[in-house]
Amino acid sequence: MTDAVMRTALPAKKPNIYVEAFKEASVTAVLVFLLSVYMVGLQTQASQGQPLSFTTRFADVFWACILVPCGRYLIALDRQGLHLPALIGGIVSFVYLFGVGTFGLAGSLAYDTFPHPFDEPMVNIIFGLGGIYIFGAAYHGTRTRRHGGLTIDQREAKEQRSASWARRMSGILGPMLVGVAVVIPVFMPFSPWSGATRQVVETLVLILTYVMLGWGLNIVVGLAGLLDLGYVAFYAVGAYTYAKLSTELGLNFWECLPLAGILAASFGVMLGFPVLRLRGDYLAIVTLGFGEMIRIVLINWQDFTGGPNGIGSIPKIDFFGLPFERKAPPGEDTFASFFGLDFSTSHRVFFLYYVILVLALITNFVTIRLRRLPIGRAWEALREDETACRALGINPTNTKLTAFAIGAMFAGFAGSFFASRQGFVSPESFVFIESAQILAIVVLGGMGSQVGVALAAILLIGLPEVMRELSLYRMLFYGMCMVLIMLLRPRGLLAHREPTIQLKKRGYSR
Amino acid sequence: MSAAAATSVALPDDTLLTVEHLTMRFGGLVAVEEVTFEAKRRQITGVIGPNGAGKTTLFNCITGFYKPTTGRLSLHRDDGPPLLLEQMDGYLIGQKARVARTFQNIRLFPGMSALENLMVAQHNKLMRASGFTFLGLIGMPGYRRAEAEAKEKAVRWLERLGMVNLADDPAGSLPYGAQRRLEIARAMCTDPVLLCLDEPAAGLNPRESAELNHLLLEIRDQIGIGILLIEHDMSVVMGISDHIVVLDYGRKIADGTPTEIQRDPAVIRAYLGEEEKDDR
Repeated sequence: MTDAVMRTALPAKKPNIYVEAFKEASVTAVLVFLLSVYMVGLQTQASQGQPLSFTTRFADVFWACILVPCGRYLIALDRQGLHLPALIGGIVSFVYLFGVGTFGLAGSLAYDTFPHPFDEPMVNIIFGLGGIYIFGAAYHGTRTRRHGGLTIDQREAKEQRSASWARRMSGILGPMLVGVAVVIPVFMPFSPWSGATRQVVETLVLILTYVMLGWGLNIVVGLAGLLDLGYVAFYAVGAYTYAKLSTELGLNFWECLPLAGILAASFGVMLGFPVLRLRGDYLAIVTLGFGEMIRIVLINWQDFTGGPNGIGSIPKIDFFGLPFERKAPPGEDTFASFFGLDFSTSHRVFFLYYVILVLALITNFVTIRLRRLPIGRAWEALREDETACRALGINPTNTKLTAFAIGAMFAGFAGSFFASRQGFVSPESFVFIESAQILAIVVLGGMGSQVGVALAAILLIGLPEVMRELSLYRMLFYGMCMVLIMLLRPRGLLAHREPTIQLKKRGYSR
Repeated sequence: MSAAAATSVALPDDTLLTVEHLTMRFGGLVAVEEVTFEAKRRQITGVIGPNGAGKTTLFNCITGFYKPTTGRLSLHRDDGPPLLLEQMDGYLIGQKARVARTFQNIRLFPGMSALENLMVAQHNKLMRASGFTFLGLIGMPGYRRAEAEAKEKAVRWLERLGMVNLADDPAGSLPYGAQRRLEIARAMCTDPVLLCLDEPAAGLNPRESAELNHLLLEIRDQIGIGILLIEHDMSVVMGISDHIVVLDYGRKIADGTPTEIQRDPAVIRAYLGEEEKDDR
């Protein structure tokens, strides 16, 4: 930006690009220092019986203040048309840092022989990935220069290609994902990871819960265009409904499920009614507030919700009346004894997996159906232009409320499932970050794209689970993935919109 | 209420909309002041006036986007007493009174296809047919039939406007003229009794503008609804209006047939300015 200003101010004198890039890098260095000196430089340590102390990691700060500005310098040169340094610097730093980091992760001796800027192998890897980004950007830059900048037509064509790619991918990926999801638990024992079958399936259950939540929120955000930052409140309503009904009234999961959905939907209507006359940012802020309100009520209403301690010993899910227990009460069957199987704790996990798979697929099916109904079209129309909707005689409040209520209902189902899986609910499970995560799934997936949402859930929930070993650096890596997706596919992984009704496909002729 | 009913009896039965003493104030600004006129069925009523005369404000009052400060807007129906538009909620004017409108700056649903735009316009009919979504969700044949009919109707309009080949394209990517036409088709798909067009010819080339004239005359003669038309393009207004209302500074300064309006000294003054000798 400073560059543009300079150019307009002094058209005659061309600024030296090396000096300009150096300036930019210096600013970056200062920023990195300010950001990292406390957050990276000081590490608090809590040990039992000792007061909180801290250790310093100034070496890491130092290296960050060297490497990041170097990257910035290369990017700045690249922007000015000097691609070569960025190409070389990017690839070299990637190969070296990534390689060293991988040695470190593998616990190889090579990690100690090669000098490495950061003690943690993972940090080296992350910086290496930064290098590959610089390389990628520079490579892209060389190609654009060779073909000249994109004209508007070309950009449009590119966008169209990307949309049709997304459409093709969704067409292939959708059925494939469902197929894989159905057979995974069956094939797990025969795979090389058979030892971890239970953990894998449990992770998949978690992913599918978020897929379902993502699809539910997609109705509100993707279709109706209402930015809801408090979606987790309805998830909480569903979970607590199951917890209360099952512990106090002894209802089983299948009886609670519809009730949880209905209750969450009515909460959606109740909360939605006063806020839906707001638009855009205002709506987002108020939904955020409502989400927090529900959580705070859950914390403070000790008598009813158990306060911060939550509700424990919630009955676990059973197989339509047959419990997944080692021993049945006398005169009754367990799942294992009824089917003549040996008792295994995985039975319940497998069953949970199929339950959430079916619930998620129902959500998907209903959403796809709704989109093709007048209500779904009205949601999308409302997202596009509320004023025009009003002029066409569409009641905006009712239309928004149905979107809110239906989205909330699916969150209620998912919450009820969550409670029965955990056997324990507490307000801690329903914090804002959950809402943010579900929203991130919807946005990264490509608003309105069902397959995209599923992919994003796999990525955002599955990836951190797979990277559990990276513990401390998990979130850093996670953040980087999000930034990368936003850079590479700014409109979401699979952003495309299929018309809800078509003329040509059916060969219309008169 | 009884007064309104009495008025409607006294009026000839082809009166569609009566605007009586309509005033709209925004704080200290009086955008429309004491405007009274009538629009008839099977007639095109033009509303003209210099920039800022209050034409669009008048439209916004009629179509429920503004609540008028004072005045009465009655829409006469064959069955039942007239509807008082100034008392109705915005969207009800589209739904119950069936007054449709287009906008000065086109307001289509840009991401949705042209066909979908026309389907959304038939929302209320389709909602009833889909049993407020419940019957539609389980795929009842009644809804499928209604949807096929709605599609048929949408296609008829697209054909009439010569844009069937654009049916599946996103409305936002259509050429400007096609967007204007699509917006009119969308308004017509709501089965209106009164169609309010806010500068439909703005930005059209002469050929497109002539086509528009033809279309509006067709709507008037074949479908037989009333049209209220704001327009700057005099060839459109003078060519097709049966009746013209002229506004200036929020007041009605003239009201009559195109020939009367063209000769009206007040209108000439408003458009061309006063003659030298009159002032100072």
